[in-house]
Amino acid sequence: MTAPLLSVRNLRVEFPNRRARLVAIDDVSFEIGRGEILGLVGESGAGKSVTGAAIMGLLEPPGHMTGGEIRLDGTRIDTMPIDQLRRIRGKRIGMVFQDPLTSLNPVYRIGAQITETMRVHANISEADARARAIALLAEVGIPAPENRIDAYPHELSGGMRQRVVLALVLCTEPELIIADEPTTALDVSVQAQIIALIKALARNRGTSVMLITHDMGVIAEVADRVAVMYAGRIAEIGPVRDVLKAPQHPYARGLMGAIPSLAKKAAGHDGRLTLIPGNMPRLSAIPEGCAFNPRCGEAIDRCRAERPSLLPAATSHVACWRVTS
Amino acid sequence: MKDTPVKALVEVDHLWRRFDVSKPWLNRLIEGAPRQTLTAVADVSFEIIRRETFALVGESGSGKSTVAKIIVGLIAPSAGDVRIDGISMSDPAAAAQRAQLRRRIQMIFQDPFASLNPRWRVARVVAEPLRAFGLMTEQQAIEVRVAELLTLVGLSPEDAVKYPHEFSGGQRQRVAIARALAANPEFIVCDEPTSALDVSVQAQILNLMRDLQDQLGLTYLFISHNLAVVRHMASRIGVLYLGRLVEIATPDELFGNPQHPYTRLLLDAVPDLEMTGRVRAAVEGEIPNPISPPSGCAFHPRCPLAFERCRSERPELAAAGGRMVACHAVAADAR
Repeated sequence: MTAPLLSVRNLRVEFPNRRARLVAIDDVSFEIGRGEILGLVGESGAGKSVTGAAIMGLLEPPGHMTGGEIRLDGTRIDTMPIDQLRRIRGKRIGMVFQDPLTSLNPVYRIGAQITETMRVHANISEADARARAIALLAEVGIPAPENRIDAYPHELSGGMRQRVVLALVLCTEPELIIADEPTTALDVSVQAQIIALIKALARNRGTSVMLITHDMGVIAEVADRVAVMYAGRIAEIGPVRDVLKAPQHPYARGLMGAIPSLAKKAAGHDGRLTLIPGNMPRLSAIPEGCAFNPRCGEAIDRCRAERPSLLPAATSHVACWRVTS
Repeated sequence: MKDTPVKALVEVDHLWRRFDVSKPWLNRLIEGAPRQTLTAVADVSFEIIRRETFALVGESGSGKSTVAKIIVGLIAPSAGDVRIDGISMSDPAAAAQRAQLRRRIQMIFQDPFASLNPRWRVARVVAEPLRAFGLMTEQQAIEVRVAELLTLVGLSPEDAVKYPHEFSGGQRQRVAIARALAANPEFIVCDEPTSALDVSVQAQILNLMRDLQDQLGLTYLFISHNLAVVRHMASRIGVLYLGRLVEIATPDELFGNPQHPYTRLLLDAVPDLEMTGRVRAAVEGEIPNPISPPSGCAFHPRCPLAFERCRSERPELAAAGGRMVACHAVAADAR
């Protein structure tokens, strides 16, 4: 395998407050290869979005990186001065957010927003930029792009707006797209269109995608590999089919059992969904050892004392003493 | 379902709801803009039998929540009627009976962060129906009842003194369920009760709702856009498209063999967790503007089966092999 496009090593992000330093991301490492789609799943507060923000250098103060490194194509970007980082952000790494209406400027026509972005990052004429913008809008599946380019965001439907956001991200030909819940605000039939589009773009352009979502179904459709996060740590990472079909980490197993299925009526016995006892720990009270141990039915003494490392297990990497020892 | 001997608890009878979305009077006068109405619910009829879970599914703007609000009486229908246990929800002559009926109907909302008063302690939130309906007046008895309800939904009686912000989303939804159960209702309308929750918490709430149904003999109207959740919960499912019911069937029928082309599109669009590698039909277009819905069958511009009749004549919901479908193509096939 060639060098990965993105490599995150031992990432640690803290949010200090008056009482304590809350560790939102604790020793997270992963890589994304060229043209690969990595899914990042987990429940609210697992640290998915913070991971994305850390890569983009967009952590909201007081949150900041307190350890680890992030490399894009071998170059460290987390320590880069802001003016250099700006040339990478938007140019080499694009970002798609959940709500397309808030990521578009409501008072500019969509064409103006796309051409402006292009001209910031590349030296091309207004006319060329416009022609390329029309081509891009066509590529993301907007009908009659030569007319729609002069529309304002409010004139478009939610699905169309998310397509415009994708065009806006693609216009600088980024190598990596970080998509944070790109389909969560959309209806299922539109979601299916956007998912298919992201998949096709990654395949045709060789763009790498980090897809952040809580929806396992979306991951199953799009991702090549998936990382399951829990309490700011990666519990399991591996090929999507193996992790979803045969999860090894007890949390990943519980999560898959908790999802009602379309294909069959009952997941557990007598039609009940399997439950993970207890709740996600607060960031201020993450348990010693494995963060999942108080909710885990299989925990042993070692789980309560020593934090499990992410170790190879079959085709995946799993952070669980019961699985890896 | 008309000839079932069991009397339905809820009868929804040719329900319509139109909203006036015209510009203000002055703009209409100056710009000559016409009046505009949005038909959110169009000719919707169904029945809910005691102790069943009837689910309504559809995408945004399909009229799910409007139907729910009309049924509990939060908004009035433009035409048609809802009868619960035979009592009309809009007939002025039935006002006295309706006051008695109110206690027996409750609602659970989507967002437990918005549906609980942040300045009230949980005890007061849960006891509100008891006080509002005058069921209990003595403080001692109310406290006992609140403790009982909190235990029933899997919280601790000590939680009564806490404020909503001290709870997680799933726990707040439990508080909302305890409040809904306070007045011993028979019928609960659940409008996207788990959409704001994480999957593991969603599983807890869905299991709780099923247990409560078995224990207390509740009847649910369950509104959701999540087809997998609906399949898990419902005994019958109605699919709404642009304010109209296009198909009513049991989960096994609907998911095993969807008939209406829109139902098929909807099922096809759901991401495939099983990873069977099936090739999905490309989904075309989006829901049209409900202010000017297409003529004939509202789905015809997106429908692969549409023919001439679909463009001119609106299909009625008709029985087709044990279920109800509103589609000319399906009806022609059956013949």
